[in-house]
Amino acid sequence: METYLILQITWWLLLGVLLIGLAVMVGMDMGVGTILRYVGRTDMERRVALNIIGPHWDGNQVWFVLGGGAIFAAFPLIYATAFSGFYVVMLVLLWSMIVRPLGFEYRGHLDSPRWRAIWDWALFVSGCVPMLVFGAAVGNILQGVPFHFDWKLTSSYTGSFLALFNPFAILCGLLSVALSVYMGASRIMVGAEGAIRARAQRAATVGASAALVLYAVGGVWLRMISGYTLVASPAPGTPQTPLQQTVTQAAGAWYANFSAHPALWLLPALVFVALVAGLLALRNGRALLGWWLGALGWTGVIGSVGAAMFPFMLPSSSVPAQSLTLWNASSSSLTLVWMLGFTVVFIPLIVWYTSWAFYVMRGKVSEEQVAADKHAY
Amino acid sequence: MIDETVVLLSRWQFAATALYHYLFVPLTLGLSFILAAMETVYVTTGRPIYKQMTQFWGKLFLINFALGVATGLTMEFQFGTNWSFYSSFVGDIFGAPLAIEGLMAFFMEATFVGLMVFGWERLSRGQHLAVTYLVALGSNLSALWILIANSFMQAPSGAVFNPLTMRMELSSFAELIFSHDAQAKFVHTSIAGYVTGAIFVCGISAWYLLRNRHVELARRSFRIAALFGVLASLGVITLGDALGFVGGQAQPTKLAAMEALWKSEPGPLPFNLVAFPSQSEQTNYGEVQVPYALSLLVTHSLDGSVPGIDELEQRAEQRIRNGIPAVQALKALSSNPDDAAALATFRAHEDDLGYGFLVQRYVADPAHVTEADIARAARDTIPPVALVFWSFRVMVALGLAMLAFFVLAVLYTLRNTVERQRWFLWLAVWMIPIPFLANEAGWLVAEMGRQPWTVFGMLPTWMSASTHGVAYMAFSLAGFVLLYGIFVVVEMYLMVRAIRQGPDGPDVEAPFTPDHAPATVLPAGNRGP
Ligand code: HDD
Ligand code: HEM
Ligand code: HEM
Repeated sequence: METYLILQITWWLLLGVLLIGLAVMVGMDMGVGTILRYVGRTDMERRVALNIIGPHWDGNQVWFVLGGGAIFAAFPLIYATAFSGFYVVMLVLLWSMIVRPLGFEYRGHLDSPRWRAIWDWALFVSGCVPMLVFGAAVGNILQGVPFHFDWKLTSSYTGSFLALFNPFAILCGLLSVALSVYMGASRIMVGAEGAIRARAQRAATVGASAALVLYAVGGVWLRMISGYTLVASPAPGTPQTPLQQTVTQAAGAWYANFSAHPALWLLPALVFVALVAGLLALRNGRALLGWWLGALGWTGVIGSVGAAMFPFMLPSSSVPAQSLTLWNASSSSLTLVWMLGFTVVFIPLIVWYTSWAFYVMRGKVSEEQVAADKHAY
Repeated sequence: MIDETVVLLSRWQFAATALYHYLFVPLTLGLSFILAAMETVYVTTGRPIYKQMTQFWGKLFLINFALGVATGLTMEFQFGTNWSFYSSFVGDIFGAPLAIEGLMAFFMEATFVGLMVFGWERLSRGQHLAVTYLVALGSNLSALWILIANSFMQAPSGAVFNPLTMRMELSSFAELIFSHDAQAKFVHTSIAGYVTGAIFVCGISAWYLLRNRHVELARRSFRIAALFGVLASLGVITLGDALGFVGGQAQPTKLAAMEALWKSEPGPLPFNLVAFPSQSEQTNYGEVQVPYALSLLVTHSLDGSVPGIDELEQRAEQRIRNGIPAVQALKALSSNPDDAAALATFRAHEDDLGYGFLVQRYVADPAHVTEADIARAARDTIPPVALVFWSFRVMVALGLAMLAFFVLAVLYTLRNTVERQRWFLWLAVWMIPIPFLANEAGWLVAEMGRQPWTVFGMLPTWMSASTHGVAYMAFSLAGFVLLYGIFVVVEMYLMVRAIRQGPDGPDVEAPFTPDHAPATVLPAGNRGP
């Protein structure tokens, strides 16, 4: 029982690492898509921006794929309930995301300006829509989602599609778009020079400032939102279903963990410190430093949401007693152990060869280079 | 109770998106190794034409790859969006190989594909070659893990039901990944990918030869692909036979459907070369048979026998009766996990839990099941025979045809007479769609033959689907069809365009005479330009 509890908590932390990996790496490329038409005025300038992330976008996207796979393996009930509940939103997410590989790969095949304009817009949509949905999903989860189970644990979602686009969710969605713009723009600054870099600097400043404001407003708003408290349930670390709990709802309940453990305030503090420092770094032209500070900012955002909700993972607004928590939604201990083994071996390996790939492709991308390289996008 | 139309639409959507994803996957699996082979020749001989070949086929590879990646994204999330009960019921087992696929295969493939494209000027020759091999390795590892997951659905092993969590849980990781079904499936499927890549390269090379364009590149590509293809198509047939053998033991209903074997009979059994099965009358029309052949194929003996559909249906009826108390006990356990009597009943009947679920399609309350419901549910355990029967024959016939093609191709290319056989070159061009058809047919056998189960014997398909409304499902299916329809048009257009354009740069001059042929080892001083 003890080991199971430890495994569950380990996996909860790993899920956080994974979401941060997803937000930072995929978010950066999506940010580039979002601002592509702004930073690049001419086709050549856009190609420079695309070729900066060209060698890496596919590898980065696997964080998203792995996010799906790891939630499936470690928290099957979350995978099943959240993705079917958010059905139409998931479709919007997938449909916008699947044009992205084509945007990168197919855009350069024809010289026609119309063809390229179509893919520029495709890259814009597949950059900002998924990030909006990603943030909005978190915003909805914080408010609770209307779902319940029958005796065999078949889940039913009872809300409407439009209810998912409520003001708080949109605010969270915009926060995630803003952060992704910041990350994408600072990545372009690292790889480009001249006018592109100057425009990217402006985009990054707007992104970081917007993120600061949105995060602060969201934090205040969260106090008024009705949070959830687990009053009674089978002991953590024992096998259980979500049918045996008592849950209450009250405004401000998401702040309870912070009151109980004041050290958690370091997480929201990290967001403010990192983003302000990031703004300063960018002003001094320290683009790479700014990028890393943005990654820290994401860590703070995701960490503070996790800290607020612990141990909840997917609260039910229609039948709160059937909310999904870390204790009732995780896989069996054997699965968690095996998955942990694979993670411990492969994540360092992935980090290692990804860094090598970035190292090989280091340096600035210029218009001359793009024009000369027949393999460039 | 779940709406039958929703289940049907969910099945259609899964089938459409999976079959579509699988249009691109086999070519990735095969072409990536052919690229690696070409580049190996380049690195060992230093002859520029092989670099040009690698880059040209690499360009086509990437056009295909982009859609493989795009459509794969849908697959990764579709279990959750459309098969939510399935996902929570077996996610403890099924999710693991999927996640490992991401960790072990997708990261490798996707990271190195970037370097493969952009790294020509930045990596040494050896490094670039290693990168190409890693892409090929990554795509094959991805096939390995997804097929381990799929094999769990075909021949579940390494899992037990846990009434405390109301789901299947992993009991042995080794049993899951070393299942015979998974091994047989992996080798057959990945080699089918190599066949696909080989036909693709042969077909396009033949087209250049017919047009008298890029002749050097086309001759060499044709030869490499023909040699690769003859081995692969021999392999796919041998291993397909092995897969039928393993799969037949795990799923006797699928085997009976593949052979349209309605009645149990003692061996020796004849093989139905042609037949027109009627599901409602449970009999075949217009049979053309080969005596002894079925016994030989499925039992590897001359007089062996396998159960027919009539017998399998009776067995299913028994198991349904036995499964009903398991469902009742489970329901009691769900509201009170400490109910010892219910637990004892459950344990006594748990092997047939899935069969108990099967009849719930007609009556939600296990206490009210009638004889007629049981008979109906037992009849459900028979997959759609005609479809499985004919898909299987299409796959096998195309497989044999491709073997014959490659044997000729190798003969002609080794004698350097391909170019004179214009009919054969045209045939090669027309062969291009064949492996794709064979692959799709193979999946129809595998997945339709598994019906009515998503996890064979454990979880019926009708229960697995998410509880969406019909409107949502119609909307999403229409969206996928529209989007994927546009994609395939764009892809074909770019592919054909890239083929018409041919390789970049002027043709590399490298006379292709027998003593310069790639198969012969060149003396060190005599290396080409
Ligand atoms: C180029 C493609 C190709 C060719 C020529 C063949 N196959 Fe195949 N076959 C496949 C491509 C494929 C596949 C797409 O890879 C499948 C689908 C599921 C799977 O595991 O592999 C498959 C499935 C599949 C199955 C069903 C597996 C299951 O139920 O899980 C059997 C029994 C065979 N094959 C047997 C054969 C035999 C006896 C062949 C002899 C010619 C053959 N296949 C040629
Ligand atoms: C890419 C190759 C594949 C193709 C072409 C394919 C094809 C199909 C088809 C045609 C169906 C519909 C069967 C029916 O409803 O009667 C189906 C169902 C399904 N397949 Fe596959 N399949 C593939 C791979 C997989 C894999 C690898 C998995 C699991 C990892 C899988 C899981 C499922 C599920 C969950 C269903 C839905 C439930 C069902 O109808 O049985 N499939 N697939
Ligand atoms: C039905 C279950 C399946 C799922 C969930 C799935 C998932 C995925 C995903 C997410 C990708 C994109 C990876 C990236 O971003 O780089 C992908 C691509 C790929 N998948 Fe699938 N896949 C399925 C079926 C299959 C099967 C049956 C095979 C092989 C036998 C296969 C082999 C591949 C390969 C080789 C790629 C690389 C890209 C390409 O082939 O073009 N997949 N798949």
